[in-house]
Amino acid sequence: MLNMKDIMETMTMIQEEHLDIRTITMGISLLDCCDTDIDKSCEKVYEKICRLAGNLVQTGEEIEKKYGIPIVNKRVSVTPIAMLTAVSGGDPVKYAHALDKAAKKIGVNFIGGYTALVQKGFAAGDRELIESIPRALAETDFVCSSVNVGSTKAGINMDAVKMMGNVVKEASQLTSDRQCIGAAKLVVFCNAPEDNPFMAGAFHGVGEPDCVINVGVSGPGVVRAALSKLPKDAPLSEVADLIKKTAFKITRMGQLVGSEASAKLGVPFGIIDLSLAPTPAVGDSVAHILKEIGLEQCGTHGTTAALAMLNDAVKKGGVMASSSVGGLSGAFIPVSEDAGMIDAAEAGTLTLEKLEAMTAVCSVGLDMIVLPGDTPADTISAIIADEAAIGMVNSKTTAVRVIPAIGHEAGEVLDFGGLLGTGPIMKINRKSSSVMIQRGGRIPAPMQSLKN
Amino acid sequence: MKAVITVIGKDMVGILAKVSTACAESNVNVVEVTQSILDKYFAMIMLVDIQHMECSLDELKESILQEVPTMTVHVMHEDIFNSMHRI
Repeated sequence: MLNMKDIMETMTMIQEEHLDIRTITMGISLLDCCDTDIDKSCEKVYEKICRLAGNLVQTGEEIEKKYGIPIVNKRVSVTPIAMLTAVSGGDPVKYAHALDKAAKKIGVNFIGGYTALVQKGFAAGDRELIESIPRALAETDFVCSSVNVGSTKAGINMDAVKMMGNVVKEASQLTSDRQCIGAAKLVVFCNAPEDNPFMAGAFHGVGEPDCVINVGVSGPGVVRAALSKLPKDAPLSEVADLIKKTAFKITRMGQLVGSEASAKLGVPFGIIDLSLAPTPAVGDSVAHILKEIGLEQCGTHGTTAALAMLNDAVKKGGVMASSSVGGLSGAFIPVSEDAGMIDAAEAGTLTLEKLEAMTAVCSVGLDMIVLPGDTPADTISAIIADEAAIGMVNSKTTAVRVIPAIGHEAGEVLDFGGLLGTGPIMKINRKSSSVMIQRGGRIPAPMQSLKN
Repeated sequence: MKAVITVIGKDMVGILAKVSTACAESNVNVVEVTQSILDKYFAMIMLVDIQHMECSLDELKESILQEVPTMTVHVMHEDIFNSMHRI
């Protein structure tokens, strides 16, 4: 039987603490769309996406109305396009246009999968696709791109890392008249998950079924509000326990929405990704959770420990609540999308070095960080290499999404608007990493025993 | 199958009557009502049976809103509360 306390708790979470379903993402395999003629291939891609995801947005809206819970984004992820390019040859940007056209037709707000997986080396189509990324992102509105450059099993492909420094920079340059938005739609991964519903890094892995529904749930505000009711002298084990319980409730809601969407669309249910994904809205910040745990500002000493506990507790609560938790599941720390992180970066409390340490324990990596416009491509490659090394050694997903703000200096601000927020330009280390990056080659896979 | 209707806003005469009328017109049976008035603010949570409802939850919400346009109204399927608070 329902009781009033529970009803009010759920209502408060939704109305005041920004609880929402962040995204319903439909994963679609495009392997059966391959054709040796690229135009035919693009046509098939467009047709398949429109056929399978045609009702996605409408179904999402129906569920929103039934349960009174906002579903912020409806999105599509597809098979890495590099695989289609391998068969068809030709200019991969044609695929980007086909994806963009399909996204506009079905009304989703992002489509991910302009992707290449090159952790061990380049196959046919991979180089062409990676080189075309800046153009693809500049010429389309909704296409998101990702490249996996390393994994714990394969090591790090440093040739790809070298390329990505240039690609990130060029993506920014080609869109410098639009707040460098190109680079904000590009993620460089190590250990990329194949079922991640969150953009910009979503793609539909090759081991996945033909079509699948993945759900991303968020709720930093709910966790913060729950923690604010805890006395300041409560031991950290109690804090972790409360985070776990809150994560459980949030995930249960995701499970409900996911299974409902999968039944309505007649598509199997994949995973729930319970990630505390902040938005620029006040009260929807991961940095403020850390503050609630007891840090004066995010980025100070103790931040890594607090984040490690938060990330782990979120996963534990989520796993208990759903039979199929996957994706990234944990805490996101995108600087420009989090009001608390923006403040901390502007105050100088949160630095690039501290963020790097935090990525060793959180669920993703250096996310939505704005760099000075004159950052050399080799330095961006080196940032990517550092981050990939953390992921490779710790057997976890790490990612880099940095935006070189063309024509701007450290201390200035880049305003993306909407969910992407506002990014203060962060200071970088000005010493060169060029020689190491120019070496290329591969960093061998790490030992999996003798762990110290 | 049940739904939860919440109505919050400035108190005035006949809120409960108007909301109940809207429910009755859609063949929705009121099962339980809790209401309180805190410092001129009216807050009501209503549990209703929607087994024989003749419209969608969204339409029910719209028809309630038409009756009490100044109030904040939410109509939500009970499953969201059950899944969140029951294992």
